Amino acid sequence: MPYTGHSPDEEKDLLAAIGVGRFDDLIQALPQSLRLTRPVGIPPGMSELELRRLFDEAERGNYDPRRTPSFIGAGLYDHDIPAVVRHMTLRSEFYTAYTPYQAEVAQGTLMTIFEFQTMVCELTGMDVANASMYDAGSAAAEAALLAATATSRTKILVARSFHPHHRAIMETYGHSPGLEFVDLGGENPLTAAEVTAACDSRTAALVVQQPNFLGGIENLAELAEAAHAAGALFVVSADPVSLGILEPPGRLGADIVVGEGQNLGNPPSYGGPACGLFACKKDLVRRLPGRLVAETVDVEGRRGFVLTLQTREQHIRREKATSNICTNNNLVALGFTITLALLGPAGLAEMSKLCLQKARYAESRLVKIPGVKRDPLGPFFCEFAIRLPKPASQVIDRVYRDSGILAGFDLGRVNPAWGDRLLVAVTEKRTREEIDSLAASMGRVLA
Amino acid sequence: MIPKDCRYTKEHEWVKQDGAGFVKIGITEFAASSLGEITFVELPAVGRGLEQMQAFGVVEAVKAASDINSPITGEVVEVNPAVQADPEVINRSPHDEGWMIRATLKDPAELDGLLTPEAYGELVKSLEGGH
Amino acid sequence: MKAKRNLRLIYDRNVPGHRAHRMPPSDVPELAAHDALPSYAIRTAPPRLPEVREPEAVRHYIRLSALNHHVDKAIYPLGSCTMKYNPKINEDLAGLPGLAGLHPMAPQDLVQGLLGMLHRFGRELAEVVGMDEVSLHPAAGAQGELLGIRLVRQYHDAKGNRKKTIIIPDSAHGTNPATARMVGFEVKELKSKSDGKLDVEALRRMVDAETAAIMVTNPNTLGHFETEIEEVARIIHDVDALLYLDGANLNAMLGLTRPGDMGADIVHINLHKTFSTPHGGGGPGAGPIAVRSKLAPYLPVPVIVEKDGRFALEEDRPGSVGRLHPYVGNVGIILRAFAYLRALGCDGLARVSRAAIVNANYLMRQVEQDYPVAYPGPCMHEFVVSCTWMKKHGVKNGDVAKRMLDYGVHAPTVSFPLIVHDCLMIEPTESESRASLDSLGEILREIAREVREEPDTVIGAPHDTPVRRLDEGAAARNLVLRWRPTEGTERG
Repeated sequence: MPYTGHSPDEEKDLLAAIGVGRFDDLIQALPQSLRLTRPVGIPPGMSELELRRLFDEAERGNYDPRRTPSFIGAGLYDHDIPAVVRHMTLRSEFYTAYTPYQAEVAQGTLMTIFEFQTMVCELTGMDVANASMYDAGSAAAEAALLAATATSRTKILVARSFHPHHRAIMETYGHSPGLEFVDLGGENPLTAAEVTAACDSRTAALVVQQPNFLGGIENLAELAEAAHAAGALFVVSADPVSLGILEPPGRLGADIVVGEGQNLGNPPSYGGPACGLFACKKDLVRRLPGRLVAETVDVEGRRGFVLTLQTREQHIRREKATSNICTNNNLVALGFTITLALLGPAGLAEMSKLCLQKARYAESRLVKIPGVKRDPLGPFFCEFAIRLPKPASQVIDRVYRDSGILAGFDLGRVNPAWGDRLLVAVTEKRTREEIDSLAASMGRVLA
Repeated sequence: MIPKDCRYTKEHEWVKQDGAGFVKIGITEFAASSLGEITFVELPAVGRGLEQMQAFGVVEAVKAASDINSPITGEVVEVNPAVQADPEVINRSPHDEGWMIRATLKDPAELDGLLTPEAYGELVKSLEGGH
Repeated sequence: MKAKRNLRLIYDRNVPGHRAHRMPPSDVPELAAHDALPSYAIRTAPPRLPEVREPEAVRHYIRLSALNHHVDKAIYPLGSCTMKYNPKINEDLAGLPGLAGLHPMAPQDLVQGLLGMLHRFGRELAEVVGMDEVSLHPAAGAQGELLGIRLVRQYHDAKGNRKKTIIIPDSAHGTNPATARMVGFEVKELKSKSDGKLDVEALRRMVDAETAAIMVTNPNTLGHFETEIEEVARIIHDVDALLYLDGANLNAMLGLTRPGDMGADIVHINLHKTFSTPHGGGGPGAGPIAVRSKLAPYLPVPVIVEKDGRFALEEDRPGSVGRLHPYVGNVGIILRAFAYLRALGCDGLARVSRAAIVNANYLMRQVEQDYPVAYPGPCMHEFVVSCTWMKKHGVKNGDVAKRMLDYGVHAPTVSFPLIVHDCLMIEPTESESRASLDSLGEILREIAREVREEPDTVIGAPHDTPVRRLDEGAAARNLVLRWRPTEGTERG
């Protein structure tokens, strides 16, 4: 076995040095009744060659993402990943280190987190960002919990246009603390009047998504004002790439901003590992869940970085901790950080502008197909919903067989009433040719 | 150093009479030095009610945090701005400049139930000698 | 010692106008933001992001990486964290574009290869820990705990049990009580016996009709196997409470014994510890949980099910606690763990725990003269030593940890478990060779000599690291949590 164990002679020497005759002497505390007397029922060990074959076979059982133009988004988008990212994230120094418990030999990790915190603040327009959470869903859930403790209230208003999976995770986290989730609005962007009507003295937070799940653009400033008027916090889940072109929620009154950091610099990986962005206003910093890195100096006065405000965390506060989260999704956050460093302000602006333009072009092509129309209407960033004359699942299936293109996300999977609607995402990676092929194929399928 | 003019809790808070019907409350030198460098103190607003042996605030050091319990029942009348501006004052002067709140004393008899300086001294000695 | 320069952030390398990555020209009609978006939604000032060229960016991150200690460099004996070697093949396999590139919202018919693999891994993991069903959803050990304790609540609620408390030994990880509170349970702390083990008699007295569960780490955080675990299970099950096994220390049990055989109802498994997936500087990990069939109806959705050789994501589960992960878990991490499990195979599993136990005992022998073992006797995969004798030299456990960094090894876990004062918790893992253990033993003995003869060297450590001891107090009092441009250099 290449990574484990000693040769029989070596083990004999080690046992002799320990002062026991047999390995069994070391595990006397393990009752005989509990000892396995047979090998665990899994196949025998494999060589690298066999493992490669096993994984190659699994790979062939899927669509080939390299050759399949995809218009699926719904929270995870197919963005360009600079080559540098994989080279850096595969550095042993980064990926085989653990969380920076010994700051003096973890400055590399601490500094990249500090850069990450800065970039998240810059994108979202917030004062403070943590080192990341598991994913946008758990970040939204922690935001709801934070809002509840900060306001001593229990009611969370969630826009119906919020990601349904993230909404469900909020409910899982909020179950035991007794949070009450109230759905708000419809398919169109939320209005201030809807918020005002739903707010009361028990409302802890208003939670919305920008752009929303159906692609629409929310008027954040208006919503913030309505939420704040009722003493509630305003929580926004924002797509980081959209923030290259959209006004940061922090400048529009958000108290907490969360988002999916996996969208920059990381492959979709069937949905995980992800990287929850979590940023808040300064006055909430002591309630922030998760790791936080601060700049300081060493005994010689030189700049250095440390984990800080650890008294919020489980290993010190135990049952009084702000959350039970232990670390951050650091390597995914590193991909995010390096990608933004490489893109710079100009690159990010270009990326988001390309998304906007190509999505608009795709929309213009698709709505020309007889029977296809936008629903709901309204401005959008890189994703929009269309109504089809046939079930979306059927159209997706036929378009794939016709042209090898993944046409989008079948909204019927999250809402049975939306079975004839398709959510189409267009990123900078999609070419005009691919968009034209999608339109042509859908036209054939629907003809 | 255990001032004679205070009474103490087992949780290392001190309480001292401060004018008729009023007390000052803080944490002891033993508590401050066990916590280490204090970085943050969370204290209640003036007017908040205090219940004996209920937490009214939190004191935080780099790698430790502790609730601060009220030795007495009463109401907060003053919060020491100095400890909020510079929490390390609690390490430097826990019994004097590092006081935390001033409060009304609802029932002076509560003081009699607390540890005397001598009894608290014994407690500290046993803790320091242990392990 | 060579002169050290101040550390620089990527922002400090900023040159206006530089960039490292460009986008293709647009092949669709130009469109200004103002023509597509409402004016209130358009960004008014660009984010301050670094402006660097690719070579500067690469050099920057390479320099930063060189400041880290990591498993591929030298031993990382962080107790309870199982910092074992991360096989390289796992990175290649999980990175295969045909796996890493899959979108979780793609039609299920088009991802059968992946779903089949996840399903198979779940089955095999269940067999390894001796349980019935597995959920791969939790993104980390702490989230696995959260799910596990949420299942405890769901189980009791479904049965109409009125349960309020969770019993947790005082030697437990901080996540246990934090998790119990997050799910709304009261925590009852069970004091350990003088030998550090679970006090079964005290447990018997503590358990009552309101007991919902006990959370047990086995082997415990002192590195000792809880010999009476079966009795614990009986006591707990007698009041229809559940035995939650914290799988933090599963590495000591692989192929040797199984949580399920001990009577556990729920166990979480840290794939980033036991199954060699890299720690990534703090994450991502994965914390699947395995349960008995009586808890299976409550597992989070979607559940991967097999029907006539096809795999599907089942959403419709009326008893489920709901959704925990946006999709089905940290697939990239799960695939690495699957590769590791298959590389070990049924014949290799027991070799892991065996070598982990031999290594820990060997290292303990190497250092016990200078570092008294808190609870003597053979250990499992880790052990806890006390540094209290150093007090008379003015040295604390944390100083020893810092001094170890000067010798090019990582420090053990410091000041945990809480029931041992001034302790170090040491877990060498099975990855270490005898030579590596000998070298660590030598370093620890040398530091003990320094404590006696030149304590200031230890107290002032580290001396040879990229930065020296950092002022954590100042960091917490004067919070600087992000880079800001120095005055006068900010661009318009």
